[in-house]
Amino acid sequence: MATAEAHRSSTGKYIVVYVCILAIAALQFVIAYSNLDGSQMLARMLVLATIEAALAVLFFMHLWMENRGLLWFVVILTGFVIFAMQYSWTDSFRLLNGVPWAK
Amino acid sequence: MSHADLTLEGYSAAIMPPAFSIPAKKMAMWLFIIADSATFAACLVAYGYLRVADAHWPRPFHSITNVAIMTVILVTSSLTMLFGIDAAKAGDKAKAVRWTMITAAGGILFALLHIREWLGLIDEGMRLFQNPWGSALFGASFFSITGLHLLHVTGGVIALIVVGIRYKGGRYNSDDLEITGLYWHFVDLVWMFVVPLVYLLNLSH
Repeated sequence: MATAEAHRSSTGKYIVVYVCILAIAALQFVIAYSNLDGSQMLARMLVLATIEAALAVLFFMHLWMENRGLLWFVVILTGFVIFAMQYSWTDSFRLLNGVPWAK
Repeated sequence: MSHADLTLEGYSAAIMPPAFSIPAKKMAMWLFIIADSATFAACLVAYGYLRVADAHWPRPFHSITNVAIMTVILVTSSLTMLFGIDAAKAGDKAKAVRWTMITAAGGILFALLHIREWLGLIDEGMRLFQNPWGSALFGASFFSITGLHLLHVTGGVIALIVVGIRYKGGRYNSDDLEITGLYWHFVDLVWMFVVPLVYLLNLSH
């Protein structure tokens, strides 16, 4: 009985998260048709995509229910790697004019 | 051999609890996901800089219908994967296999739509290092990011089918299905970044 109830509750939670993810995706599609410049649109899209990804990681991948140590391990390690890239990839501007195939 | 000797000699698995109290196979999948996140982040961050820096970046996408359908299919396949894992944890093997195969079918449908879209763009003249619309880097970044993702989807579909069949045959258990599910959710998660950055930012108004 308890197992069946827990199963129903987790199914309900999955569907709520699923609907939230699709709603955020729909919001991105609406933003895509707005008259924002490239960098403003990129910032808004990234924020929404990060919220979608957080929902998927926490509830679809069950990180929320795992050991808290694992949660912080994943968040800190991934966050560090991605933010560290900001220091090296700015050089990618050079690709616009610096290599033969850019023209 | 004493308990202390075993620990000193590295036979820790029998004595020490696993890292973060999760099975080693699951931990390995999380480490793979972290490493793969870095790979995709490298591609997407570099692409983001190039996209924003070029005012004449190509905007070849006329409609959002195809990408919207692909998004719904992939997110729905994540949901069906969860139903499969729940059924496996509850011991309902037939239901777990059915949901896993539905998930794989979603992946196949996604891949077919993706390939159809690629062929449409190639027909319009888009190549790896040239296209009729502007910056030559557009083709390289589009094909490398979406191609890498498509490769992951293909690998995921194969993994789902193999693990599903072996789970049905009793060689794998519900933990193995859950670990494959982690990978599948990751593929879905990456798509959540690919859609806005690669497709929606390049929509022709």
